[in-house]
Amino acid sequence: MARIAGVDLPNEKRIEIALTYVYGIGRATARKILDTAGVSGSIRVKNLTDEDTGKLRNIIEREYKVEGALRSEMAMNIKRLMDIGAYRGLRHRRGLPVRGQRTKTNARTRKGPKKTAGVMKRTVAKPAPKK
Amino acid sequence: MARSIKKGPYVVESLVRKIETLNRSGVKRVLKTWARRSTVLPEFVGHTLAVHNGNKFIPIYITENMVGHKLGEFVPTRVFRGHGQHVAEKTPVPGK
Repeated sequence: MARIAGVDLPNEKRIEIALTYVYGIGRATARKILDTAGVSGSIRVKNLTDEDTGKLRNIIEREYKVEGALRSEMAMNIKRLMDIGAYRGLRHRRGLPVRGQRTKTNARTRKGPKKTAGVMKRTVAKPAPKK
Repeated sequence: MARSIKKGPYVVESLVRKIETLNRSGVKRVLKTWARRSTVLPEFVGHTLAVHNGNKFIPIYITENMVGHKLGEFVPTRVFRGHGQHVAEKTPVPGK
């Protein structure tokens, strides 16, 4: 089991795919890392030599921001927007879409599950049966 | 889509001129401006600009973090007062 950037990589997967289990590394970044390391992407993680693992780990540590560091950077960016009172910060605060999308409908990713408001008409109707 | 670097940041020249005279004289005073579309330059830091929101001027103190944003980003033009609720209250007051 190879450990990279604090994440256990799945043994049975090809390293090309396994690297994407690290937050901040997708398919494209994974391929780039493997290229610079000179490791083939189709080796399974369990078959990886310690030397190769070390190489990958080194490259990621040196050149990429992943996991916690990346998450905190993103949080900082959002916090900055909120602190300077920018419109985008306001949208983050409200949990509404930030990039000018419509909110009359959709926008459910940001707004979360539907909350039906609706005008509450008198609920106390006469239960008396007609006739 | 980001603006081409070749063009440089969009700023309203007249505003920059005014800021620079203020910088040179060392005086700090509130500058009224309609230039919501102007980018905030590093020279603006420390000044207070009263940015128009379509109705009045809202004073904004420019900090270092705001550099690179547009002035209009800091002054919302719309007021959202919520939906519904006031069913049988008085008629909405015009203005405000």
